[in-house]
Amino acid sequence: MKKLFRFFKNYKKDMFASPIFKVFETISEIAIPLLVAQMIDTGVANHDAKFVITYGCIVIALYIVGITASILSQKFAAKAATGIAYDIRKSMYEHINTFSHKELDKFGTASLNNRMTHDIARVQNAIGSFLRIILRSPLILIGSIICAMVIDIKLSLIFIAITPIIVAIVLFTLKITDPLYNKAQKSLDKVSDIARENLQGVRVVRAFNKQADEERRFVVASKNLRKTGIQVTNISSILAPLTTAIINFAIIAIMWFGGLQVNIGSLSQGEIVAFVNYMTQISSALITVSNMIVSLIKAQTCAKRINEVFDTKPSVVETNTQPIEIKKDPLTPKIEFQNVSFAYNDGAKYAIKNLNLKIMPGQTIGIIGGTGSGKSSIINLIPRFYDASQGSVFVDGVNVNNYSFHQLRSKIGLVPQKAVLFKGSLKDNLRWRKQDATMEEIVKAVKISQSEEFVNELDGKYEYKVQSGGKNFSGGQRQRLTIARALVGDPEIVIMDDSASALDFATDAALRKAIKNNIKSTVILVSQRAGTVKNADQIVVLDGGNVVGIGKHADLLKSCPVYKEIYESQTK
Amino acid sequence: MQKRILPTTKKDEKQFRKLQKAIASLPKPSFNNPEKIQPTKNVITPTALPASLWQESNKGYIESEEKQLRVTDSEIILDSGGKKIERVANIKKPKKRTTFLRVLKYAKKHWYLFALSLFFGFANTLFEISIPLLIGRGIDYIVGAGNVDFDMLLKYILLLIGCIVAFAVLKWLTNKTANDLSYKMEEQMHNDMFKKFNKVPLKIIDGSSHGDLQSRMVNDIENITDGFVTGLTTFFDCFSTIVMTVVFIFMINVPIAAVIVCATPISLLVSLYIARKTNKLFKRQAKELGDMSGTFVELIGNQKIVKVFEYEGRSIQRFDDINKKLQDSSRKSMFFSTLTAPTSRFLNGLLYAAVALMGCFYAMDGILTIGTVSTLLSYANRYTRPFNAITEVFSDIQAAFASSARMFAVLDIPDEISDANLPSLKRCTGTVAFKNVAFSYVPDKKLITNLNLTVSKGQKIAIVGPTGCGKSTLINLLMRFYDVSDGSIEVSGKDVRTVKRRSLRKQFGMVLQETWLFNASIRDNIAYGKPNATDAEVRRAAKNAGADFFIQTMPEGYNTLISQNGDNLSQGQKQLLCIARLMLMRPPMLILDEATSNIDTRTEIAIQTAFNKMMAGKTSFVVAHRLSTITSSDVILVMNKGNIIEQGSHKELIAKKGFYYNLYNSQFSNY
Repeated sequence: MKKLFRFFKNYKKDMFASPIFKVFETISEIAIPLLVAQMIDTGVANHDAKFVITYGCIVIALYIVGITASILSQKFAAKAATGIAYDIRKSMYEHINTFSHKELDKFGTASLNNRMTHDIARVQNAIGSFLRIILRSPLILIGSIICAMVIDIKLSLIFIAITPIIVAIVLFTLKITDPLYNKAQKSLDKVSDIARENLQGVRVVRAFNKQADEERRFVVASKNLRKTGIQVTNISSILAPLTTAIINFAIIAIMWFGGLQVNIGSLSQGEIVAFVNYMTQISSALITVSNMIVSLIKAQTCAKRINEVFDTKPSVVETNTQPIEIKKDPLTPKIEFQNVSFAYNDGAKYAIKNLNLKIMPGQTIGIIGGTGSGKSSIINLIPRFYDASQGSVFVDGVNVNNYSFHQLRSKIGLVPQKAVLFKGSLKDNLRWRKQDATMEEIVKAVKISQSEEFVNELDGKYEYKVQSGGKNFSGGQRQRLTIARALVGDPEIVIMDDSASALDFATDAALRKAIKNNIKSTVILVSQRAGTVKNADQIVVLDGGNVVGIGKHADLLKSCPVYKEIYESQTK
Repeated sequence: MQKRILPTTKKDEKQFRKLQKAIASLPKPSFNNPEKIQPTKNVITPTALPASLWQESNKGYIESEEKQLRVTDSEIILDSGGKKIERVANIKKPKKRTTFLRVLKYAKKHWYLFALSLFFGFANTLFEISIPLLIGRGIDYIVGAGNVDFDMLLKYILLLIGCIVAFAVLKWLTNKTANDLSYKMEEQMHNDMFKKFNKVPLKIIDGSSHGDLQSRMVNDIENITDGFVTGLTTFFDCFSTIVMTVVFIFMINVPIAAVIVCATPISLLVSLYIARKTNKLFKRQAKELGDMSGTFVELIGNQKIVKVFEYEGRSIQRFDDINKKLQDSSRKSMFFSTLTAPTSRFLNGLLYAAVALMGCFYAMDGILTIGTVSTLLSYANRYTRPFNAITEVFSDIQAAFASSARMFAVLDIPDEISDANLPSLKRCTGTVAFKNVAFSYVPDKKLITNLNLTVSKGQKIAIVGPTGCGKSTLINLLMRFYDVSDGSIEVSGKDVRTVKRRSLRKQFGMVLQETWLFNASIRDNIAYGKPNATDAEVRRAAKNAGADFFIQTMPEGYNTLISQNGDNLSQGQKQLLCIARLMLMRPPMLILDEATSNIDTRTEIAIQTAFNKMMAGKTSFVVAHRLSTITSSDVILVMNKGNIIEQGSHKELIAKKGFYYNLYNSQFSNY
C-alpha cells in the first residue's frame, strides 16, 4: 500500500477534509448520550421543563450538524478515492503500454485486466472506507470509553475487556471459515465444470449414449456442494448471534455492577442509561473496525498485485528516438539475421537456435514448420516484440536495436496469426497503419486482400461498425481484412503469420497471386501449408527451433527430408 | 438487529465465495508461453467478471456503508451476452406470479425447513426485542443510593440471560434452517437443470451460448435462493421486528408510539429513494467497468497489433476517455451508497431526540419510569434499521424474479420427442440411404434440398467443400442430432425416426474436429464408451490408434489426469485419444471429421494411419479438409453454401471439370 502513496498527492486536501468532517459527526454522536443523560438526571429529576427542551433542541441541532458534516465527508472521500483510482488506472495503462511481449506474457492479459479493474477497485473502496472510518470508529470507541471512564472508572473496565474479545472473535471466525469457503467454492466449481463439459461435449455424450452416467456424476457433485455449503454456513452463522450475545452480557454486567455503585451513591440512574447507550455504540464501532481490518488486509494483497505491475520494467527498451538515415542499396539485405538465438525466458529452451538468414529487398520468403518449430518467434524479433537473446537482427543494414520504435515499425505491415479487428468503423480499422490513408489506398488494399466483394455487400460498406474483436465477420473475412489493414500505405516489409489458415485453397491462391502482382514489398509468409510457401523465392524450413533447410521448393524436396515429409503429407 | 453486519448469512457467504473464486480463477503468470497472452475463455464473460467482482469486493463491510454495485448477475449477463440469450429467453417467458409459485414448489419438499425457519425467525425476534425491555425494567430497580432492589435486579438479570441465550440459539437456528433450505433447493434445481440439458433437442444447445446456459445454472439459481429464501426470511424477520416493536411501544406509551410509527413512511421513503438511486448508479458503473475491461482486453490482448501499427497514443486516449467516465460514475455511486448510513442515523437521531423529549416530560409527570424511557430510547435507536434491510433485500427479490424467469425458460423448453415406445435398431447391415432429404436450421433459409444418396456396406463417403459450407450438417442428420425437414434417412433399411436414438447412435463411431475429453484420467477417457474395459483392452485400443507411444511419455502414463482444458495435451494427441476411444468400441459405422490446423506433420500422419485402420471394411463418412486424403473414396459429396453441388467418385468429378476440379487444382496452383 505504501508504494501507492505517490498517487495520493493530487488529493491531499480531500483526504484531509474527509476525516475531519467525520470528526464533527462523531463528536455530535458521542455528545448526544451525555446530553440525554443530563436531560434525565437534571431535567427530569428537577422537573425542569425548560432545561429538557433546551437540551432537546441542542440534541437536534447536533444531529443536523452531524449529517451535514457526514455528507461533506462522504463527498470528499468519494472524490479522493475515485480520483486516486483514476490516476492509478491511467498511469498503469500507460505503463503497460511500455511493456514488451515478454512482460505481457509474464502476466497474461486476463491477469492484467483483473489488476486493472478488480484490484484497483478494491483499493479504491478501501481508501474510501478508510477515510470515512479511520477517525470515526476509533473516535467512537475511544470517546465512548473515555466518557465511560469519566462517569465511572471501575465500570469502564467492562468496556476495555470487551473490546479485544469481540475483535478476536470476528477475526478468529473469519480465519476458521476461510478454508471452508475455499472448499465450498471448489464444490461449486465442480458443478459448474461438469455442466460446461456436458454442454461442450453434448454430441459425444449423446453419441456414446452416456446421458445417465453423466447425470449420476453431476448428482454426486451437486450433493457435495450442498453438504459443504451447509457445513460452512453452520459455522459462519454463529458469528452474528455470538457477538450480539456478548455485547448484551456486557450490558448485564453494567447493570449489576452499576447497580452496586448506585447503591453506594457513586453513580446515578441516568448514568447507567448512558453506559448502556455507549455499549451499544461501541458494539457497532467494534464490528466496523474489525471489518475494516479485514478489508485493509485484502486491499493490501490487491495493492501488492498492482505494484507488481508498476515494478515490472519493460525489457525491450527504445534507446534511440531519433530517425536514422538509411542508405538505399539494393545489395544490402532488407532483413538479416546474424547468429540469432532466442528464448522466451532466461534459461528456458531456445525457440530459435543460431539462425542466419538474409532476405533481399523485394523477395518473398516462406517460413514453414510444425507447431512449436519457432516460426512465429522469428518474426517477433523483426518489429522488436522481443529482443534476440544472442546475435542481432538487421533491417536495411541497421541493427533493429538502433532504430526508434516509430521508424522501425512504420516499415512493417504485420498480419498476425489471430485475426482480430477492433471496435469502430471498418474504415477506422483499415486506417490503423496509416491514419490519413485515402479511400483509394484503402480500396486498393481491400482489393488485394480479396475482400472487396464482401465489403461491398456490407451495410454502409466502409462505415460498417465492427464489433469488438471483429465478431461480426466470419473467420475468413476477418483474416482477409487483417491482411488489407497491413497493406494500407505500402509497408516496406509485409509479414504474414499463418494468415491464410481460414481461407480455402482457391482464395488463398488468388490472394497470393494478387500480392505477387501488386506489392513491391519484401514479403514474409509463415505457414504450415507447403502450398502457401511453395513459390517463394526462398523457403526456410524449421524444426524444433533449428533451421533444417533454406532454398527453393524443388531443391528442398531433394535435400530436406522434413520439407519433403510436410509437402507429401499435404498433397498425397 | 445485527443483520448483514458480518458475512454470516448465506448471501454474504456466497459473495465471499464468489470473490475467492474470482481470485482463484485469475490466470497464473505464464512464462515462456506466448500463446497464453490471450485471456482464457472464462465461464463468466469478461465484462461480467470484473463487475461481479467489484460487487463482491464491497460486501462484507458494515452497516451497508459500503454497499457498492448491487447489480445482480443476471443483469450483467444480459448486458454482455447479446442476442443469443434473448433467443433462448424468447422461447417462453413465464409470468411473474407463476414463477414464484413454481419456485415455491421446490420448497414444498422441504416445507418443514421453511416453516421452522419462519418460526425460529419469529421467535428470535421476540426474544431480541424483549432484551431492551428487560434492560429498562432492570434499570428501574436501580433508583439511587441505598435504593437498589437487588432481588428484583437479579431476577431481571437472570431473565435477561435466558433471553440472550435463547435469542442467540434461535438466531443461529434461523440462519441454519434458511441456509439448509436454500442449499437443498439449489441442489434440486441444479439437478433439474442438468437433466434438462441432456433432454433438450441439440438445436437448443447449439443455438445458445454455453456460457449463458451455465450461468443460468450457477448464477441464476444462486440468485433465486438468495432472493426467495434468504431475501424472504430477512424480509419476514425485519417485518416481524417492526410489527413487534410497534406493538411493544404501544403497550408502553401510546403518544410516543404514535410518533415512532409516524416516522415509518418517512424512513421507508428515504431509504427507498437512496436504494433506487444507488442501484441506478451501480448499474451505470458496472456497465462502464465492463466497457473498460472490454477495451482493455481488446487493446492489451492484441498488443502486437497495437505496437506494430503504433496505435499506443490512440489506445491510451481511448482508455482515458473510459477511465474518466468510470471515475465519474464510481464517485457518484460511492457517494450515494454511503449516504444510507448517515441518513438513517440522522432519522434515527431525530426520532431519538423526539422520544427523549417526550419521554422526559412523561417521566417528569411520573407517567413513565426512567427505565422505560431508556427502553423506548433503545427501540427508537434501532427502529429504522430493518427498513434499510428491507430495501436492501428488495432488489435481491427483484433479481430473483428475473433469474427464475431465466431458469424456467430453460426448464420449459420441450424435450426431444420421446422414443421410449420405439423399437431398437438391432441388426446393422451398414447401409445408409438419404431419400429426398431436405433440411434447414432456420425455416426460411433452406440448406439441403432433395438429397439422395445410397451407401452400401463398407463404402467410404467423403464430404468436401470450403469452410462453412455445411459439412457438419450431414453428420447432425445422420446421428439424429437434428431431424430432417422432409424426406427420410434410413440406416440398415429403417427410417432413423422409427428407432430408439440410443440404438441408432450405437451403430456409429464419431470423431469430431473439436475433440472432447473430460477431466479424468487418460484411461477413463479412452474407456468412455466401454467403462468395464480391462486395462489390456484400453492399451490395445491406444496402440491401434497410435496413441500408446505418447501416453507412455506422460508423467503417469494411462493414469495421467487430463486437465480442465486439456492443456497438457496437444490438439493432435487429443484426437488420437478420441480415436482410441472408438478403437475400443469398434462400432459398425464411422463418422470422422478431420482436423485442419495446429497439428504437426508427424502426428497428422499418425492420425491418418489410425483413421485408415479403423475404416477398413466399415461404412464411413469422412469430412475432409485436405483433398489428397480422400481421392480413394467411393463417393465424394461436394458441398458449397449448404448445398450438395457435385457427387461422384474422384475420377468422375475431375472429369466433370466443375467445382471439385477447381478446388482440387487450387492446392497445386502456382501462386
